[in-house]
Amino acid sequence: MGSVTVYGPPISTAVSRVLACLQEKDVDFKLVNVDMAKGQHKSPDYLKLQPFGQVPAFQDEHATLFESRAICRYICDKYANRGNQSLLGRSGGGPAERAQVEQWLEAESQSFNPPSSVLVFQLAFAPRMGLPQDPAAIELNQAKLARVLDVYERRLGESRFLAGDEFSLADLAHLPNAHHIFAARKDDMFASRKNVARWWEEISTRPSWKKVVDMYSAAPPA
Amino acid sequence: MLIPGFLVRGKVRRDHGGEGFRASDIGAATARVLLCLGEMGAEYELVPVDFFTREQKSPHHLARNAFGLVPVLEDGDLLLFESRAIARYVLRKYKSSGPDLVREGSLEESAMVDLWLEVEAQQYEKGILPIFFQIMVVPVLYGGVPDEKLVADGVEKLVKVLDVYEARLSQSKHLAVDFVSLADLSHVPFAHYIMATPCASLFQSRPHAKAWWDSLASRPACKKVTAALLT
Repeated sequence: MGSVTVYGPPISTAVSRVLACLQEKDVDFKLVNVDMAKGQHKSPDYLKLQPFGQVPAFQDEHATLFESRAICRYICDKYANRGNQSLLGRSGGGPAERAQVEQWLEAESQSFNPPSSVLVFQLAFAPRMGLPQDPAAIELNQAKLARVLDVYERRLGESRFLAGDEFSLADLAHLPNAHHIFAARKDDMFASRKNVARWWEEISTRPSWKKVVDMYSAAPPA
Repeated sequence: MLIPGFLVRGKVRRDHGGEGFRASDIGAATARVLLCLGEMGAEYELVPVDFFTREQKSPHHLARNAFGLVPVLEDGDLLLFESRAIARYVLRKYKSSGPDLVREGSLEESAMVDLWLEVEAQQYEKGILPIFFQIMVVPVLYGGVPDEKLVADGVEKLVKVLDVYEARLSQSKHLAVDFVSLADLSHVPFAHYIMATPCASLFQSRPHAKAWWDSLASRPACKKVTAALLT
């Protein structure tokens, strides 16, 4: 197998999205920490990997990539025959099944991610960084997220996972942000929706996700 | 070669006080899909969803897109929403009918298309949408004045993005690979809008970005779709 390197702190939501995918695909990787408190993500060397100065960046023998959802697609493509082989739809599922995964992956990116990212920053990271919270932003984004979860509640009443009966990249993409909202004990809007609660329980207890969460508390690699 | 038609339900604005919107105007996300259909020579029927009567929140539309958004694609029994997901589906399905815009024959090339399409969605749109909304929608639709702070924030984001693009486009003829791809085309609707505002200078002042935009805008499929966008 080629050498896979992921750059970034594992607790970053975008970094852990990539780590979750690597774990699902059973792909070995090296994790190189990027000390954002020290501004390492804006260093000239790092900007060669990721010109926006964000995490993660990804490298293997063929490619240098960034944007977590693009990296996940590449991992699924490159390691098509390893680990979980239905992350982009089952191989016999055809274009319609693939398209369903794409649709819900975009829904995560365009509808779930914006409000949940604000909540993750406000509830999980601002306190850690000693920054003041913004109650108005929290309230506004909780309301936005609630409307998204209403849609998910209906969908997950007719389908086990978002794109269909199999766990896919679309579900995986939600793990990091939702995890931090739960960890901050602000998970009422998930817990109060029966189907969403059932779905969250299923996806968050996957062994691959547990391995990623374990990395949060481990010391950052040198 | 006969390509079965898709049905696209997209945003169409109605005339609002005589100025600005025309019955044929389509929204940016719908335009993104129509662009891809046009590049593939695929026939489609565009069915308007009337935002002035909030048709997008009607039970009829919510049954197709529970988020109450457009566009929605109907292809036989398949219903799809999210313009970039629809675009991928269409381009994949009809890849033998037009240019190779997703590059799935190559692991590295398709990764580049995915990467720059993510940049478009995550970075570019976040900067350009508030500029478009404040300068072009607020005065016409709401009779208000643009919020200069929101415009300035958008410009700050867009400048960072275009600086990265300028550097990238000095290495590669298009964003993902030398050939045009979905990653480039996805930028067209909002770029077209911005060209009608003072923020056009952000593109025009960057030689590689300007050349890139000029070549995209001159594509026949782009000319046809952007003609129906609000200007």
